[in-house]
Formats: sequence, structure tokens, C-alpha cells
Amino acid sequence: MSLDRDQVRKIAHLARLEISEAESSAYAESLSRILGLIEQMNAVDTTGVEPMAHPNDAGLRLRADAVSEADQRERFQAVAPATEAGLYLVPKVIE
Amino acid sequence: MEWESVIGLEIHAQLSTRSKAFSGAATRYGAEPNTQACAVDIALPGVLPVFNEQAARMAVKFGLAIGAQINHRSVFARKNYFYPDLPKGYQISQYEIPVVAKGSLTIELDGHERLIGITRAHLEEDAGKSLHEDFHGMTGIDLNRAGTPLLEIVSEPDLRSAKEAVAYMKKLHQLVVYLGICDGNMQEGSFRCDANVSVRRKGDPKFGTRAEIKNVNSFRFVEKAIEFEIERQIDLIESGKSVVQETRLYDADKDQTRSMRSKEEAMDYRYFPDPDLPPLVVDEAFVREVQATLPELPDARRARFMSQYGLNRYDAGVLTSSREMAEYYETAVRESKGDPKIVANWIAVELSGYLNLDNKDIAESPVSAKMIAGLVQRIADNTISGKIAKEVLEAMWAGEGDADAVIAKKGLKQITDTGAIEKAIDEVIAKNTAQLEQYRAGKEALFGFFVGQVMKATRGKANPQQVNELLKKKLAG
Amino acid sequence: MFKKTVAELSRALASKAVSSVELTQLFLDRISKYRDLNAFITVDPEKSLAQARAADARRAKGEAAALTGIPVAQKDIFCADGWLTTCGSKMLSSFIAPYDATAIARFSGAGAVLLGKTNMDEFAMGSSNETSHFGPVRNPWDPTTVPGGSSGGSAAAVAARLAPAATGTDTGGSIRQPAALTNLTGLKPSYGRVSRYGMIAFASSLDQGGPMTQSAEDAALLLGVMAGFDQRDSTSVDAPVPDFVAALDHPLKGLRIGLPKEYFGDGLSADVAKAVEAAIAEYRKLGAQTVEVSLPNSSLAIPCYYVLAPAEASSNLSRYDGVRYGFRAAEYKDLIDMYCKTRAQGFGAEVKRRIMIGTYALSAGYYDAYYLKAQRLRRLIAQDFEQAFEVCDVIMGPTSPTTAFKLGAKSDDPVSMYLSDIYTISVNLAGLPGLSIPAGFDGKGLPVGLQIIGRYFGEERLLNVAHQYQQATDWHRRLPKGFD
Repeated sequence: MSLDRDQVRKIAHLARLEISEAESSAYAESLSRILGLIEQMNAVDTTGVEPMAHPNDAGLRLRADAVSEADQRERFQAVAPATEAGLYLVPKVIE
Repeated sequence: MEWESVIGLEIHAQLSTRSKAFSGAATRYGAEPNTQACAVDIALPGVLPVFNEQAARMAVKFGLAIGAQINHRSVFARKNYFYPDLPKGYQISQYEIPVVAKGSLTIELDGHERLIGITRAHLEEDAGKSLHEDFHGMTGIDLNRAGTPLLEIVSEPDLRSAKEAVAYMKKLHQLVVYLGICDGNMQEGSFRCDANVSVRRKGDPKFGTRAEIKNVNSFRFVEKAIEFEIERQIDLIESGKSVVQETRLYDADKDQTRSMRSKEEAMDYRYFPDPDLPPLVVDEAFVREVQATLPELPDARRARFMSQYGLNRYDAGVLTSSREMAEYYETAVRESKGDPKIVANWIAVELSGYLNLDNKDIAESPVSAKMIAGLVQRIADNTISGKIAKEVLEAMWAGEGDADAVIAKKGLKQITDTGAIEKAIDEVIAKNTAQLEQYRAGKEALFGFFVGQVMKATRGKANPQQVNELLKKKLAG
Repeated sequence: MFKKTVAELSRALASKAVSSVELTQLFLDRISKYRDLNAFITVDPEKSLAQARAADARRAKGEAAALTGIPVAQKDIFCADGWLTTCGSKMLSSFIAPYDATAIARFSGAGAVLLGKTNMDEFAMGSSNETSHFGPVRNPWDPTTVPGGSSGGSAAAVAARLAPAATGTDTGGSIRQPAALTNLTGLKPSYGRVSRYGMIAFASSLDQGGPMTQSAEDAALLLGVMAGFDQRDSTSVDAPVPDFVAALDHPLKGLRIGLPKEYFGDGLSADVAKAVEAAIAEYRKLGAQTVEVSLPNSSLAIPCYYVLAPAEASSNLSRYDGVRYGFRAAEYKDLIDMYCKTRAQGFGAEVKRRIMIGTYALSAGYYDAYYLKAQRLRRLIAQDFEQAFEVCDVIMGPTSPTTAFKLGAKSDDPVSMYLSDIYTISVNLAGLPGLSIPAGFDGKGLPVGLQIIGRYFGEERLLNVAHQYQQATDWHRRLPKGFD
């Protein structure tokens, strides 16, 4: 299966990646080749095989419900691009 | 043309855990922005989620309470989308296999009961909040709420009117609060509702196109939003247009719903099992353990109150409206050793009147169950009459002490001494010779007048039964 | 002194032949002298020396452990409190981590000195260290070739003895392949053995951190510190940590070595095949038996991996949105534009390719054909190993199909680059431990790696098998010219 530029643009937008016209052609080409590699999977019939999401089958270990984290806002926000009054600032969100 | 509306609700109940679903940050409401957003909550590079046992327990508790099947292996998935209040760029939720499978809830509306199907309930994490006040044209993001555990309870499209939807929502609200898994505080967003609404011609087996109304946070607004939406959809169809599947917001000020612009773009959430979280395993032992902590549920308790205490349906309903109320009542019955119906009346009618007036919850009542029991005892042992008891309750509500203290302080003890009552009667008769003659001449209606005068003379404290008996004798001469 | 292994340095420190401050300064000087290798992204002598002084003080109090005072280079994928932690990306080029990864905390708990943060492929996506925002790393064995990737900086640093040992992470071969290309011992532990907390995620169900060292003995020492249950990682396994060093000395007599026929076929360079076969012959001399096994689905490990790893990565990398930390584009129209420009400018080409492949594989309509199919295939690949281990104790083969290739040789061709990991990827898919050890050189004098794959949580045996070979050979003690 190969991807055309429109599909590449759609995927890029879903992934929030801006790509130029020129890039979309280059990505269409390289992604199509990668998909070609991926589609070698079809050589094997996997009907009835249970999908494997984790390397071991153990169940989730649970944490006791206790507050263990103290406020570190100042440290965390020291590396933030834009903050004010303890808030992270972003371009206006319109609902 | 007759129309039928089809409504399904998705309720997000915030689970009242101390810490977040996947981190050890606190969940307390109202903290300074981002002071309860730890490394995991703000999705620093490299952090990982670890699930809160209490949240699992609460979900199972809910599942058992609605008679649902509990999935012994449920899977956390990632719901991928970009939004500034969603720090990881995905929400951890349960998608294909939720912890709670099919269950149901009985609602009551205008005296009729209906069974409403619950499709599923799944665990997920809440997002943060966007604050739209103007920060130089920017939006502020507070991630304190991010990661708070939610139980999303999805109903079947079984509801047929806005009123039914509200009845269902109220019933669910009562249940989660009863179970102690959600504080139910709707102002703080602990219990939120999305409504899927569609309309169809009556008898049409197919559902119409639905619109989803997001985030309506009061019973009244849910009713109004759904009613508006039903009208809007009927108008559209009747004028030859069609309903568009979309997400809408309810604007309470204008009492209307409007399309949400930011959701215009078709969403492709790319769900897949979260590789950071193995499946949630809930084994038989865990379920049994949770089962053992399950309180008697509202419906069962109401039925028991009716059969055990002989209460009518209404009083039993009021007295089981919350776990605290039911426990209050049963404590009062136990302590007073009196007639449960009289105790019920004092709580469901008299005390509830004060609670409603001051907009107080039973837990905040200045009159404890023990105090109500004391009051009922004083009526039963003839220390005070029912009428005086109301005066005593008023003083108790005002914080003047328990029944005995109020009675003593205000001298409200009932007069049962025959001599004292006779003396009062004699004085009244002596003062009202004209009425006495009329009475004796056959105007028996004046009996009430004499009772009133005697009660007045004793400031209401004479035992009414004794007054009746003695007065009858004296008036007869 | 700089040629000594960690075990040797540990003894030197214990005997007071050298102090940690002296050692740390020695390696800092070498880092500075050989900076053209571009092995490090961040060096902070003051911080390192302060840790060295603390280690010396601790030793003076008699509270030293084996690694106390040993300088260790850390791959720049591990968050270290107060250190620039870039993951090789422009996106995090100014990110000072505000917390310690569990691995980092365990090293400092043991008294090790953080010598610096090593260069790497951006977000660990690459097999040559050429995708780093901070430029490629050169292979000390031939500076015109790559050191492998993604842990290329760690590999070059230890190979050139700019550090006595380093850490790496391995999602599809990122410890073992660079170890093979630079003549090191590199261990990818079993999935769940080493905590992933604070190790910046590439593909969560595949990533594992591990040591890159001069010897199996050193790997055992480092793994002993890194391994163990961590309650901050839900995929960390709550199992006791064995004494890996104590297990090194078991004789190999009776060891059954499985040789997968699929690992010795087309695509394997003749020089590599020769060296690997010679190493296996050496094992027979040490008392091991060999048996042919089959991993029939191994040729599909790469396609399977290039669905699963990008799918997980596409989601793991969504947090880099310019809101809470990291790079944010300078100009944008609105929120969505801010996201798109920040991510377009902050990520390099290979990372963007993988995000797009992963996004596509998870998108509506393709999930079953790609993602679910790959997960089913993953189980078949894991089952292949289970069957093979019924007749053998360890599996051996080449780590990489070729020795180090020229800088730029594959950087325009992602698919041929992906094939560099053909022998390593299936180990990650199955969650097994895998190790690469030096096994000789090709005609050009470039190192060849022998891969040894063990049973789940079988690191003790794996290190033992490697150590016994290193007792009988000296490949691992060879140094590249110009660095000796």
C-alpha cells in the first residue's frame, strides 16, 4: 500500500506536524516504502492468535490510595515556555 | 405527528479517592493552580502511571450495586488527542474491555417504575481545566484536576423524556453518594453529565441522528437542555431539514444548546491498549472483599423500612434518600425505643422542614438522632404534648440543648397533677359563667372554648387528655 | 588507569590507589581531549567532581559499595535532576530535568559519579546515532564510520575509554548493536528487570535500560545496581535481584547453545559470520554443545516492530506540545498552529516519519490490519523462542549483520537502516534478555559482536556464559588505535 500526499497531510495533521508541500512528497515516498516493509507481515496467517500487548502476562499491580507527592510547581514551571499566576499559558482555546 | 425522544446519558462521577488515579498527587478541590499536579500529572518526559487500588475498589462496588457483571480482566487504553488540558496528549481510559459490564437501575417517575439499562462503567482519568479569563489573549491551564479518577457510567438509550433522564440521573447520584464512591458535588464538577439526544416518529424502530450535549452540571439544566434539544430537533425535521451528528454545549443563560466549534473536526482517537499498564485484574477474592463492604442499597433499605417499621412509601423514601439520613432514622428509633412511625414523622416532616429551610444536609443538623429520640421519649412519657414538642424542637434547632434541657429551662413540663388542672378549670368556669350557662343549655360546641381557655391558663402545658376528661365532668356540674 | 575495567577500578579505589576525584578528573580530561567523537551532549565537571568528593568522603567513612566513586556515563535519555536531559532532540534541547530517573537514583545511591550525558539518536530512534540533534557520533575504531545507535554516544565513550562504563537503552537493539560495532559488552535486560521510570519513553512495551561495559563482569556489577522492582513502574517485575557477579564463575560444561538457522542466512556479511562461528567454536572448546534451532517468524520481526514501536512512539511523543516544557515555536497563528509548528520544528525527520507511521497504523480503518496483526505476530515470535528454549539454554548468533558502516551510508534510506537490527529486534518483541560481546574483528579491523539471548529473567546465566568466554579470550580488552 502506498500513501499519496493527501493522506500524508491528513496523518501529519492528526499527529500535529506541520509539513510543507515539498515535504509531503518526500514523506509520501519514504512512508510508502516503510509500509511496503511492514506489509511483509501478511506473509503469515495469524488467524486465532491472541494479540500480545505486553511481554509478560502479569496483571496490573495497584498502588495504595495515599498522597505521596508534594507541590513542586515552582520547579516544574521553571522549564515551562510560558506561565502566569501559576498557570501554563497557551494560545486562546476556543470552544 | 407524534414524536418520541430517545436519550442516553453518560455520567462522569469523580471517585472520591485521596490521591489521583495514576499518581500520588492530592485530589483536593480548590487548591492553588498546578500545586496538585505532580510530575506524572504534567506528563514530564519519562514518568509512568501506577493505578490507585481504591479507584478499582470503588468501580467494582458500583458494578455490584447495579447488579452488573464485573470483568475480571479489563484493559486501560489510550485515547489520543491534542488539547492543552490533556498533558500526555492522550487520556488513559478503558475502551474495549471496561471493568463494569452490563447492569441496570430502577427509576421511579410519577409513581411508575422503569428499569434503565446501564451499558457499562469504565475507569478513566480526568483532564485539567482551561481558564479563559484573558491572559493577554492567552488561555491559562490548571492541571490540578488532571488525573483525578472518574467512573464513566454509560446508560442504554432507554430514557424517553427529559424528566426520565433527570430521574435516572438523580437515582444514580443518590447511589454513588450512598456507596461513598463520589461526593456528588455538582458545583465542583464531581458529577457531570453528557446527554445523547435524538428524536424519532413514534413507532419507528430506528433511532434518529443524535446530538451529544456536553457537560451539563445540574439536574435542572439537564432537563432544560434536553427539552430544548428535543424541540430543536423536531423543528429541524418538521421544517424539512435534518439533524447533524455533533457535539453541542448548553448555554444556561440563553437556555439553548449550540454547536461546539472545536469539535468540528472529525476525531480519530487511535485507541490502543496502554503499554505502560498491564490489564487490571479483579479476581473473585477482590470482588468478595468489596462485596463485604457494600452497604444496604437505597431501594432495599426503603423496602425494609416499609416492612420493618410500617412506614408509608413516601416517608420511607425520604428517610432513605441518603445513607446518613437512613442511619439517623434508625439510630433515633433505637434510642427512643418508641413507635417508629412517630419517630419517622418527627424526622421526615418536622426536622426535614428545618433542614430544607436552612438548606442543610442531615449530617449538618444541629439536632442529633439522639436528641430527636429524647424528644420522642418525652412525648411518649407524657412529659410534653405533641404541640409543645414542636416548640421544643424549634429550641433544639436553635441550639438551646436537648429536649430535657429545653423543657426544664422553659418550664414546658406537662401538668398532669389532677388537682392543679382542676384548679385551673375551676378558675376558667368561674370567669365564664355566661358561656357555662349556654353550654349547659345545649351549646356543646363551647366545649372547645373551655379547653382553649384552660390550655391558655396553663400555658399549653396541661395534659390535653386530662383536661378533656376533667372539664367534661365539671361542666356537667 | 583509564584502561581499567570497573571491577579493577573498584579495587583500586578500595585500596586507596586512586581517589574518585582523581578518576573523575582523568575521564573528564579524556572527554575533553576526544571531544571530536561527539560522544557527550552534556558534561558538567563541577557537578561530577562534587559527586566524586562525596563518594570519597563516603569511602573514608567505610560506607563504600562496589560502584562508589566509579564514574559512569549516562545516556541522555535518563532524566537526571538538575541536568540538561535532551534525548538527542531539539524538542528537549533546553530541558533541565526536575527529577531523577530510578536508574539514576540507584546509581547515585550506590555512590557512582555521573560523568556526563551521552549523545544518542533522537528519542532513541536510529541505528547509527546520525539522527541526533547534536550531530553524529564517530566510532573510535574508525572515525569515518558510525558507532551504531541509538546508544552511540555511550558506545563511543566506553570504547574510547572516555568513561569506564555507561548506560544505554534498547528498544530494538540500541544497546547490543552499538556494543557490537564498538567492541563492548552490552546487555539488554529482560523486560521488567530494570525500571523505566524517568527513562524517556520511545516504545513502552519494548524499552529496557541496561549497561554498556568493557566486560561481562562490569555488566554484572552495573546491572546489580540498575535492576530491581520499582513501584513507580507498573511494568517492573517484583522479583529478587540475584548476585550477578557471584554467578559469573559457573563452568560451561553441559551448556546447550541453540543456533537459529535463520540468523546465519542471507544478508549476513562473511566476516561477521566467520568471527561468530569462531566464537561458537571457542564455546565448544569450553564444554558447550550446540544444537540447531529455528525461529521461523524471525524474518517478520522487523515489519512487526515497525508497526508496534512507531505506534507506541506516536502516542508517547504527543506530550511534546510546547505547553509545559521543552521547545515552543516562536511564531504561530493559534493553538493548533502552535502545536503543528512546535512539533514540526522540534522533531527531526526520522522521528516525524515514525510518528506518522505509528499514527497511521493506529488510525481508524487500519488498526486491525496493522496494529492488531503486528501484536498477533509478536506472540508468534515470542512462541518461537519458547520452543527453541526447550532444547537449549542460550541462543547465539551475530548481533548485527555487518560491522560499522560509513557515516551517511544509510541515512537517506530508512528501510536499509532498519535492517541493521534484524537480529536484535525479535528479542525485544519477546521481552527476553540479550547481550552482545566482542568476538573478533573483520578484515578492516572493525569489531564484530556475538549476540547471546537468554530465557526470561535469565541474566545470571547470560552474564556467566559471556564471562567464561572473556576468561578464555581477549577481544574485549582490545582498544582502538589512538585511544590507548
